[in-house]
Amino acid sequence: MRKLRRLAENIGFGLAVFVLIAPAILVFLWMLSLSLKNELDNTAWPPVFIPNPPTLNNYRDVFARNDFVLYAWNSIIVSFGATLLALVIGVPAGYGIAKMRAMRAAALILIARITPGLSYLIPLFLLFQWLEMTGTLWPIVITHLVITVPIVVWVMISFFEGLPTELEEAALVDGATIWQAFRHVALPLARPGITVATILAFIFSWNNFVFAMVLAGRETRTLPVAVNNMLTFEQISWGPLSAAALLVTLPVLLLTLLAQKQIVAGLTAGGVKGV
Amino acid sequence: MSQATAASVAGRAAAKRRRNYARRYVWFVVPAAVVIIAVILFPWIFTIYVSAFDWRLGGERRWVGFANYEQLFTDARFGWAVLRTIFYTSLAVVLPMLLGLAAALSFNRKFPLRGLARTIFILPMMATPVAVALVWTMMFHPQLGVLNWLLVQFGLPPSLWVYSADTVIPTLVLVEVWHWTPLVMLLILGGLASLPIDPYEAAKIDGASPWQAFRYITLPLLAPFIVVALIIRTIDALKAFDTIYVITQGGPGQASETINIFLYLQAFAFYNVGYASAVVMVFFILIMALAALLLWTRERVRMT
Repeated sequence: MRKLRRLAENIGFGLAVFVLIAPAILVFLWMLSLSLKNELDNTAWPPVFIPNPPTLNNYRDVFARNDFVLYAWNSIIVSFGATLLALVIGVPAGYGIAKMRAMRAAALILIARITPGLSYLIPLFLLFQWLEMTGTLWPIVITHLVITVPIVVWVMISFFEGLPTELEEAALVDGATIWQAFRHVALPLARPGITVATILAFIFSWNNFVFAMVLAGRETRTLPVAVNNMLTFEQISWGPLSAAALLVTLPVLLLTLLAQKQIVAGLTAGGVKGV
Repeated sequence: MSQATAASVAGRAAAKRRRNYARRYVWFVVPAAVVIIAVILFPWIFTIYVSAFDWRLGGERRWVGFANYEQLFTDARFGWAVLRTIFYTSLAVVLPMLLGLAAALSFNRKFPLRGLARTIFILPMMATPVAVALVWTMMFHPQLGVLNWLLVQFGLPPSLWVYSADTVIPTLVLVEVWHWTPLVMLLILGGLASLPIDPYEAAKIDGASPWQAFRYITLPLLAPFIVVALIIRTIDALKAFDTIYVITQGGPGQASETINIFLYLQAFAFYNVGYASAVVMVFFILIMALAALLLWTRERVRMT
């Protein structure tokens, strides 16, 4: 009797877990399914779930028509550029803030975390217009710093605070400058933290939509903007649309699968200490 | 000189030494400070300035003082946007919090394939919002969408989803729940992992039921983590823009026009950047007030 109850409990729990993860499975598999079917099957009723036979035509379509490669290249430049710049200035800043215990300065960075990205766009848009920089990728890279710099600084502060200080102090006693202590002692130790910061900054920059939507011209669109434009201009061409959507989000999904541990660590550390 | 003053002088000297020692690290922060001033602080100050103008993008500008703010408080469309934002935010906070708590409790138990299940569960959080929003748009299609087909299979009436003013906001919240419940789950799961086990053993000896153990041990110990998750979720829900914009652009009509969408339309569809800047400032004050309130709650939770 007790065994039976145990079994029922386990089945119930298994069902609950399934209900929790089913929506994620449904959306991603449906995206995949739409991208592998022809237009006839995509608009069939009842819906066709398994592509039969699967076709890659939608993917061919995406690459053939929409300057997709150019937009992918733009996205790569913007995300890598904004992440790299954020690391160069954000890692030392995280170190300095952790050393000075200047948490009030750090709180200023939080303002960027809690306000909508949209609110930065009006002044920056006017500024870039005045500087005649619209039409290049620079405005997009620079505005993405609004996202990447706070992520890097915040992750690095909590990381450097957790590092033992004995080694650096030993280096300082031995006559190293503080820059050398940072460069040769703290920085190598901070590599795991830098990995976390890099991954998170890259993902959030890659996923960002609103900055490029306002600032990008025809030639400088990033992938999320390009994909959104596809929706506006071809209402019911679901196959290519899903193929493009999947291609846009695939890099971050793969990154999430590979670096799940770092992402979870970064988000929870940044989150718990962050607010 | 008394001993106390001597001690305080020594203490002050030590503090000063620490400050001087700390000050050497200022140069590490300077580059980041410059960037933050340029892309975060400057925009705020400039926004205040622009909000005092009747400023048309690509057109003329005229100093109007507080007129934009006065107009805003009598603008019915903005009022509705605020109400919709409150409605959207409260749904988009409460549902992910409840689901996230349930999910965290589930993932805190050991079961086969837990790692895989957790990975699948957190994937939505990292997915590109625009890409996901496009797939949802196709799934919401009233005639051909897979969601209505699923509803019919379960014997439920089909819905108009985002195509009806009555259902558009709950439907958009559904996307938000799908997208961001994983973050709530992770934040609470981190809290669960840090709980001590002694109280549970004591409760077991005293014959407490699992519900009692949850209600009187887990929940109070977890409260600080729940509050942090609540703060982050509230702020993110208020910031929601991408999915709403991609799926409905504020429609049908203005039925899903939240403050963010209203702001976007004013600035970049009507080119009314002065008025939009006033919206930014009001929105900013609302968010900061709410953040302060939530932080205050956190302090109280921490003390009790």
